Amino acid sequence: MSQATMEIRRISGHAGSVPGAGMSRDYDVCKLIDTTTCIGCKACEVACLEWNGYGFAQTSFDNSYQTMPETAWNYWNLIKFNEYQHPDHGLMLLMRKDQCMHCEDPGCLEACPADSAIIQYANGIVDFQEDHCIGCGYCITGCPFNIPKFSTEARKVFKCTLCSDRVSQGLEPACIKSCPTGCLHFGSKEDMSYLAQKRAKQLRDVSGFGNAGVYDPAGVGGTHVIYVLHDATNPEIYGGLPKNPSIPWSVKLWKHPLKWLGNLAMVGGLFGLAIHYLRFGPKVVEGADKFPENEGPRP
Amino acid sequence: MRDESQVLPNGRLLRYSYRERLVHWTASITYVYLMLTGLAFWSPWLYWLAIVLGGATISRELHPWAGLIFTVAVVLMYVMWAFEMSITENDKAWMRQVEHYIQNEDEKTPPQDRFNAGQKSLFWGFVICGILLLLSGLVLWLPQYIPWSLRYLRYIAVIVHPAAALITIGLFMIHLYMGLAIEGGALHSMVGGDVSRSWAKEFHRLWYDKVVRDDSAARK
Repeated sequence: MSQATMEIRRISGHAGSVPGAGMSRDYDVCKLIDTTTCIGCKACEVACLEWNGYGFAQTSFDNSYQTMPETAWNYWNLIKFNEYQHPDHGLMLLMRKDQCMHCEDPGCLEACPADSAIIQYANGIVDFQEDHCIGCGYCITGCPFNIPKFSTEARKVFKCTLCSDRVSQGLEPACIKSCPTGCLHFGSKEDMSYLAQKRAKQLRDVSGFGNAGVYDPAGVGGTHVIYVLHDATNPEIYGGLPKNPSIPWSVKLWKHPLKWLGNLAMVGGLFGLAIHYLRFGPKVVEGADKFPENEGPRP
Repeated sequence: MRDESQVLPNGRLLRYSYRERLVHWTASITYVYLMLTGLAFWSPWLYWLAIVLGGATISRELHPWAGLIFTVAVVLMYVMWAFEMSITENDKAWMRQVEHYIQNEDEKTPPQDRFNAGQKSLFWGFVICGILLLLSGLVLWLPQYIPWSLRYLRYIAVIVHPAAALITIGLFMIHLYMGLAIEGGALHSMVGGDVSRSWAKEFHRLWYDKVVRDDSAARK
């Protein structure tokens, strides 16, 4: 992002056009994960831990190569291993690197009540600002991908930052740098989409995966992490990748109609009471005048 | 019903016992805290409420605990008052005449027992919303323990909690308005516990008759 803003616009005393003018790519960044060339080496898991300063977590064994059942507050990048019986290709071991998808329309941000705790950069990265996080966990409910994780020690929520610290310095995310097969790519959304579509076409035309395609779900406005899948019609087989993810209906209902109805009702109620007071005023009990026999000490 | 007469030595009537007042104010203080911190998380325009109350992180930590204390108070209220709050035919008749009550024409409404139908509505509204707030609040309190497969519980909770809270805010606004601005003597009845005979006769005629009857029976 900072690199793009430092592009040269005008040059003094310079003959001809500005070098590089009009060559800039979009601000939008994107991570492309080609699940078809992932070998499950977990170098990205290690690079993520190293760059972000987390220690190795306790692993669990569940008849799979998978490190743990799901990502954790201090383990943001997890390859999900799933066996799948493909009708044409036999038994396949599907490997999908799971992490924050950096939605264009992020449910976590929609649900968050804390000022400045979740921000979306112009380049598409959705970043948690733990300084401002109050630990309410609404982001956990807003996320359709089961990504934000609560730390009971810090009492705050954490997730993948898409290495916003590295990207701001013109570097690729740590996972990208570590990938030995080139199944991870990083660049502008336009370029990555192009590359992904090209690879999917190759899989369809040459490799016999007729359902191969790109996972860039429209329900969340597209994502800044996209997958190439052997079978894009059935993303659930890749460790529960949702087919049509969207912000949960109740979060939308809560943040839009209920919020405005509630605000209207509360403000209207205050006005209503004020009007009632002006119109009718307090109930007057004339006391001794009305019931003189009832006042005074007991006889 | 009661061991002691509710007619006080100075001739005034005891409307709320010490225990009732203690429970009421426990509920009141915790409710106001819950409402203010809840509103802070409801709208960014009200987030400052949490800052005034010690910071949003502290508000988020204490809101559920205050909710538990509030729950205990509501349970005690239920134990104390549920019988007297049961809806009768008289209450339905009163509700049909409620516009006279709103327009301060109380003489046109049927005489009421210790609690009128409006107070009963407040009570049952808070009991029902209290249950909804407790159940949804437990889910919202510890979202990290709700597994992904049960995420619909969180989806239900995020809508039920604010919806039930809004209903209680409406009830609370009316309750506060009635107690502080409309019925002179009502606030004192909840602080000192006693009301004048005129007050009792005006607003709770059936209760007044019962208290006086019990008193004269006890004094015989």
